[in-house]
Amino acid sequence: MTQSGFDPTVPDENNPETRPFWQAAREGRFLLRRCRHCARTHWYPRDVCPHCFQPGTVWEEASGRGTIHSFTIFRAAGAPEVLALIELHEGPRMLCTVLADDIEGLTIGQPVSVAFRAAPVGPPIPVFRPDSTGERLAD
Amino acid sequence: MTAAACIVGAYEHPTRKATDLSVAQLHAEAAIGALQDAGLAREDIDGYFCAGDAAGLGPLSMADYMNLRLRHAESTEFGGASYIAHVAHAAQTIAAGKCNVALITLGGRPRAEGVATGTAPRVYNAAAPDVMWELPFRSTIVKLYAMVARRHMHEFGTTSEQLAWIKVAASLHARHNPGAMLRNPVTVQDVLASPMISDPLHRLDCCVISDGGGALIVTRPEIARDLARPVVRVIGAGESLCGQHGGDMDLTRTGAAKSGPTALAEAGVRPGDIDYAGLYDSFTITVLLQLEDLGFCEKGAGGRFVADGGLVSGSGRLAVNTDGGGLCNNHPGNRGGMTKLIEAVRQLRHEAHPAVQVPDCRLALVNGIGGSLGTRHASATVILERQ
Ligand SMILES: [Zn+2]
Repeated sequence: MTQSGFDPTVPDENNPETRPFWQAAREGRFLLRRCRHCARTHWYPRDVCPHCFQPGTVWEEASGRGTIHSFTIFRAAGAPEVLALIELHEGPRMLCTVLADDIEGLTIGQPVSVAFRAAPVGPPIPVFRPDSTGERLAD
Repeated sequence: MTAAACIVGAYEHPTRKATDLSVAQLHAEAAIGALQDAGLAREDIDGYFCAGDAAGLGPLSMADYMNLRLRHAESTEFGGASYIAHVAHAAQTIAAGKCNVALITLGGRPRAEGVATGTAPRVYNAAAPDVMWELPFRSTIVKLYAMVARRHMHEFGTTSEQLAWIKVAASLHARHNPGAMLRNPVTVQDVLASPMISDPLHRLDCCVISDGGGALIVTRPEIARDLARPVVRVIGAGESLCGQHGGDMDLTRTGAAKSGPTALAEAGVRPGDIDYAGLYDSFTITVLLQLEDLGFCEKGAGGRFVADGGLVSGSGRLAVNTDGGGLCNNHPGNRGGMTKLIEAVRQLRHEAHPAVQVPDCRLALVNGIGGSLGTRHASATVILERQ
């Protein structure tokens, strides 16, 4: 039930609440929002803190590092592709694509770091890649 | 539940591919079937419940199409779990004196419309705040459930063979259902040999895509006792909504861990008392998580519970989805809650196929997981009792 003229695979850069994220993405920077009240970060980004429900969270540049909490390799059509839940170094878990030379070698707990992939339309999209310099997460 | 309301009419639309039927028509035909089953007339209906599959603006368009004269309507949207919540809400509304005879309908035709239900992006509302954090990352339903399955395997050692047993049990039930889309029994090896859709979920770990619908009639006990059909009482209900909690999501625990105990406590029964369970089976992993979270087994023990025919009626640990479920029979409109309720009513009326009928079935639990695990879902539970 896609609404006409709307492509859900392209982030809405005009959304006032999340515009800075995509502006930063165009500069290759990965942002999170942190709450001024409870000091926690969250995902996905929003002004009202989902943890303590206070408005006025602020953007900060994040480490862009994390570990794979779980993942799947989609094989039903075309080249296999990976969707994962990434546990960010800052705490929250986010859904994201993983790009890897060896997708068959991916494991839960594996360290990854963010990159940005150019899209045909709209801003570049965050992806995560295996990061051999990162620290593996214990179970 | 005080002054428990009763399910007195249930009807599963016979079609599985509605090329020549509209969505509104499927709803209306299902309503006629449920009214005939109950022995009630359209004019008796004064409450109506529908979800997001209804054609038009909430209940307004459907009530107009069917020319219903209503004093209560509601359109709680919990995806495929909606109808289970509707049964509970209808019972509560009846208890509050706001209606006497409630109609609940479902209808959909994703098959005729060529909807790639699990494998293509689907958006219900462009303004949803979550869309831009999922669709650009090519998130789809089957990928999310596959991620859940892999995490469960990682945490608890669950295997693809154990998940396959859930499909095997459904297929052993479906062979007795002439209306089932997939009637041939399959083996664990068949499931493992079917194409890998989203690792670790195979094609046979996924439910069917089917057209069709269903309807239920819920009424007060004073009306139910004068009707000819065996009375099925709604004696407990619970619901729970689970999101990503700002990034604190636990992939392997569902809202059933809250909706189930709420419903069981209200009914005053325990999981071990349940004779029959209708469990949402969008994917095999969905069933396994519900068994754990509803308390039929310990967390993490679902794989052992379902293995070796654990869910086969008559010989297993618990009879589940004896119509073949969404995995083999029917998942109309991509929404499996209605058919789970209808088969539970058949079981409690002792009208399931003799080969799968639970002897002296008195107590059933129905649970739905609507929306999607891995992002946001609702769990709705009802406990039903044969009077
Ligand atoms: Zn906060």
